[in-house]
Amino acid sequence: MLQQVVNGLTLGSTYALIALGYTMVYGVLRLINFAHGEVYMIGAFTGLMASQIPGLPFPAALLIAMAGAAVVGVAIERIAYRPLRKAPRLAALISAIGMSIFLRNLTLAVMGPQTRAFPVPFEVRHFSIGRLRINSFDVLILVTSVGLMIGLHFLVQKAKIGKAMRATAQDMETASLMGIDVNRVIAFTFAVGSALAAAAGVLIGMNFNAVEPSMGMMPGLKGFVAAVLGGVGSIPGAMIGGILLGMAEVMGVALLRSEWRDAIAFGILALVLLIKPSGIFGGNLQEKV
Amino acid sequence: MPILEVRRVSKSFGGLTAVREVDLAINQGEIMGLIGPNGAGKTTLFNLVTGIYSPCSGEILFNGTNLAALRPHEITGTGLARTFQNIRVFGQMTVLENVMIGRHCRTRAGVWGAILGFPGVKREEKETRERCLELLDFVGLNVDPDEKASNLSYGQQRQLEIARALATEPELMLLDEPAAGMNPQETREIIGLIERIRDAGKIILFIEHDMKVVMGTADRVAVLDHGVKIAEGTPKEVQGDPDVIKAYLGDESDAIA
Repeated sequence: MLQQVVNGLTLGSTYALIALGYTMVYGVLRLINFAHGEVYMIGAFTGLMASQIPGLPFPAALLIAMAGAAVVGVAIERIAYRPLRKAPRLAALISAIGMSIFLRNLTLAVMGPQTRAFPVPFEVRHFSIGRLRINSFDVLILVTSVGLMIGLHFLVQKAKIGKAMRATAQDMETASLMGIDVNRVIAFTFAVGSALAAAAGVLIGMNFNAVEPSMGMMPGLKGFVAAVLGGVGSIPGAMIGGILLGMAEVMGVALLRSEWRDAIAFGILALVLLIKPSGIFGGNLQEKV
Repeated sequence: MPILEVRRVSKSFGGLTAVREVDLAINQGEIMGLIGPNGAGKTTLFNLVTGIYSPCSGEILFNGTNLAALRPHEITGTGLARTFQNIRVFGQMTVLENVMIGRHCRTRAGVWGAILGFPGVKREEKETRERCLELLDFVGLNVDPDEKASNLSYGQQRQLEIARALATEPELMLLDEPAAGMNPQETREIIGLIERIRDAGKIILFIEHDMKVVMGTADRVAVLDHGVKIAEGTPKEVQGDPDVIKAYLGDESDAIA
């Protein structure tokens, strides 16, 4: 049982990292960035290529992946969303789906369809605490995700740019009238969300030793489910939603069979949308005037 | 040489002309009132000056800079700040954070400074904090600075909006109905505050329906009706202007018919 909790936490924290990108972007633009799963995939590829540079330590490769994905995220916003800022949300949503398909196929064309192995830059060790078994990956995933989430919390709550992000999310027009360059804030939001997704992509790619162009689809959707579960637009919601979803999947698989994994995730999505569409933390989401 | 000069500015939405060839000039040290019946185009004019809308024709010069080509945050950066008719504080943020948002464009610390924790950033943060607390004091808002802004009373939120606007270090303040919805006591306080802002060396352009406020504080008054400026002068002159009386009370012939 404890074993399942650890597995759930590990899986859930990566969902949380992905969900944060959805929720932050939704917070400022009221848009679901459906190309987010592809940013995760591109992050994994960037991390894979960086880790093939001889002598480069793993944290540096992770940072390169995050930075690369941040650039891609900012470019997506600039190309696919900013021209549609004042258009109906449906237009931006279609643009998001188009961007997603484009990026997946671009990667397919450039990198080829084969699944690549992710070279593990350290010796994988297994620890046993009583009947609990964890390995280096579990530790790495948990430590990295929690570290990034704590960093994000301080960035959003304490830093000047974080205040600007919250102000922009509440009322973009007023924020701009108070001297905030909202385009910069939005670009920064995409950069941060994309970097978090890239971290998840690298961690998962390494854990499953597989990186390929369509790897972003399912985690992208799961991250979306986690964001909705937590209350889309809420940062603590995305974190909690990710953990809960990971737990639910792992427990469900333990109780039922592994084929049920995706059914559980999307069943949760359907239930949340039916019962409480605003999610767990979505109650305080302000309606824009 | 006026600080703000609005030259033959027009704005229409579809077939409706909200502002038609309006001229307006505000000089150093002035308090100017902008009045007119509901729907006269007063707030539209504010939105044009602050860059929410761009004029269909005409130009708006602030210290000689044409504002038409600038985005709202750049206009704020040139020294122009505003409050809103329907209060728009950031309700989910604290009182102090609201004011600090106003300081955003006047502080230098970038993202990297904040992440890496440069010593200069800490010092700047502390200065910002102190300056913002002073501003809360200046507008007479005596509440816990860590209180969520949405928990403040209506009048307090108006004061907070003024503090936030002052935090951008404006040369010109645009106040959109600062006394709307206030009781007589609060209205007197707002009049005092407007005068203190003037004494602090700022120019003020305000929209107001409360004639006590207009007559008590404005050096000059401009009157809009159906998007057209129908009168301008001292409060006394405007009060006696037959066009103004007609705009507010209707034509005598209307009354008979």
